[in-house]
Amino acid sequence: MPLKEVAKFSVSQLQVLDEHGQLDEKLDPRLSAADAVRLYEAMALGREVDQRLVRLQRQGRMGTCPTCTGHEAAVCAPALAMTERDWFVGYYREIGARLMRGDSLAQSLRYWHGYEEGNLQPQPGRTLPVTAIVGAQVLHAVGIAYAMKYRRETDSAVVTFFGDGATSQGDVHEAMNFAAVWQVPVVFICVNNQWAISQPREQQTRSETIAQKAIAYGFEGLQVDGNDPLGMYLATDRALRRAREGGGPTLIEALTYRLLMHTTADDPRRYRSDAEVERWWKRDPVPRMRRYLEGRALWGEAQQQALQERMRQQLDAAVAEAELREDWRPDLLFDHVFGAPDPELEAQRQTFLAALPAATAVDAHGA
Amino acid sequence: MAPKLTMVEAINLALRQEMERDDQVVLLGEDIGVNEGVFRVTAGLHKTFGAERVIDTPLAESGIVGTAIGMALAGLRPVAEIQFAGFVFLGFGQLEGHAARYRSRTLGQWTVPLVLRMPYGAGVRAHEHHSESREATLAGVPGLKVVIPSGPRSARALLAAAIRDPDPVIFMEPTQLYRAFREEVPEEPELGVIGRAHVERTGSDLTLVSWGAMMLPSRRAADALARDQGVQVELIDVQSVAPLDAATILESVSRTGRCVIVQEAARSFSLASEIVARINDQVLLQLEAPVQRVTGYDVVTPFFQRERLYMPNEARIIAAVGQALAD
Repeated sequence: MPLKEVAKFSVSQLQVLDEHGQLDEKLDPRLSAADAVRLYEAMALGREVDQRLVRLQRQGRMGTCPTCTGHEAAVCAPALAMTERDWFVGYYREIGARLMRGDSLAQSLRYWHGYEEGNLQPQPGRTLPVTAIVGAQVLHAVGIAYAMKYRRETDSAVVTFFGDGATSQGDVHEAMNFAAVWQVPVVFICVNNQWAISQPREQQTRSETIAQKAIAYGFEGLQVDGNDPLGMYLATDRALRRAREGGGPTLIEALTYRLLMHTTADDPRRYRSDAEVERWWKRDPVPRMRRYLEGRALWGEAQQQALQERMRQQLDAAVAEAELREDWRPDLLFDHVFGAPDPELEAQRQTFLAALPAATAVDAHGA
Repeated sequence: MAPKLTMVEAINLALRQEMERDDQVVLLGEDIGVNEGVFRVTAGLHKTFGAERVIDTPLAESGIVGTAIGMALAGLRPVAEIQFAGFVFLGFGQLEGHAARYRSRTLGQWTVPLVLRMPYGAGVRAHEHHSESREATLAGVPGLKVVIPSGPRSARALLAAAIRDPDPVIFMEPTQLYRAFREEVPEEPELGVIGRAHVERTGSDLTLVSWGAMMLPSRRAADALARDQGVQVELIDVQSVAPLDAATILESVSRTGRCVIVQEAARSFSLASEIVARINDQVLLQLEAPVQRVTGYDVVTPFFQRERLYMPNEARIIAAVGQALAD
């Protein structure tokens, strides 16, 4: 039976700055000195926050929290490519990028230590808070993108982040399909760190790449070396421009690696080899970006020392601020179920407050 | 005289007027545009407001709820339709995980003012998954409002209120009432109050509580009881399942001392159960007799050849009232 070819496709991988610090001159996005330094400092801060969070958690001063180590290029470079008119719709592994977007470090620490107050943003703008249900936020991004298109906000697009595990979720499929049908300005960034807790990427999908899934929806998918900050910047910048110009969605697969545990409650040695992890440490994005800055004579040991000291002070101050509990009010949640007070909730608040001394006593005894 | 509209026409009027009032109101759902909805609720709206505001979506309920959440976060006022309430559970994760709690988890910084409309309930000989009454399941989620009209005029007023509400509102439309009767609906906008029950008929012998399509047999039963037995029933239309206007019900029950609750939904873990609990909390000692519940059964909603057998009807309501009066 003669078969007629009705479609064919290929998937490309983009790399601008390789793991040896070799720069592809033709693709160089030519970041300004200020942008290049800003990106590196954000990546370094993200790394530093991660280390402090894990330490605080081990000391009992922090709840269970996820790690972002290894993801710095994949999330911070897109944040650099975005303007404040663009929307950032992430999940929970983008701390460096969220700080670039104006989130407060002290508030983030509060959030991860189990205080709702930590979700209060200094200036709620266009960065959605952390969310835990894998993949659900990707649909929100598409709805926001619809609103941008509807309002003719042609200077605005949406960037949404999710992991390789999320690609198994129906919501991610529905989001990409809706976005393509509607041709809305959204950039999907799949941070493929190859592990969804203990499940390797091959157990999420038999697709050779995640980027190729875009083709089935009818838009471009591109695989990018997710540990290459310049590649991630270039890919996001191009996708954002296309989105703002009405060209619809793009999928960027950022091929990276989760160098640490899923969260502080996870022990990755149960499911992956030290040798594999070791191989990926050699591709660590943070020193790669530093070498790039050094190559442009924008960075040296003195700057590094100064940065380390600044980050230490910033973190100390944030931890101290986060651990202040002066504004803590036990009945806070009753304020925000609905926009207006409800008699039943007010009655329950009184019951709650009356029971508070007993509840506090039980809590103090660790029961 | 105001025109007499069916509930379908009244809902359409509310949508049209709210879209005219506020250009941030958009509709989305399956087959609501060109086809004007499978029940024709969106008749004429695609033509008037265009495909950008009356959005035909791909066939995916989670996608509809999830993108509506995004639209609301970005400041639009989405009114999404689930074609039949039986399909809402494909979008339940988005409702429970996000729509219901964005306000709470961000302490009011981010809110999701969306309306999710859905036809629900039995009685129109529809197929499996087209006739459930799951209002209690939805109302059990903190942060969701659930509203059920019982006629054209309340449908129009409550839907307009839902669209202007700052929180997510599930607007459940009893399919049995879509074209069951006409009612005068004034052209000038009317706003219902979410969180308030409506005392539809006053009486001193017994409080009869119902909502949605069950208001039909409840009204007939109240008429028959007055006519045949001289029993004066106070009939309360709940309207707002969540937040529930318990005060209106409890005030009535404390006067009459007797109460019958009529619901289409399965008996256990239901709104009727919740109302009994509230009565128990606050007016138990004013009761002259145990509260009676006339309900569906704890079985999967039957296919349509049997649905009438399972739904509460006038006779069952009259029998329950008789029991409550005899005790």
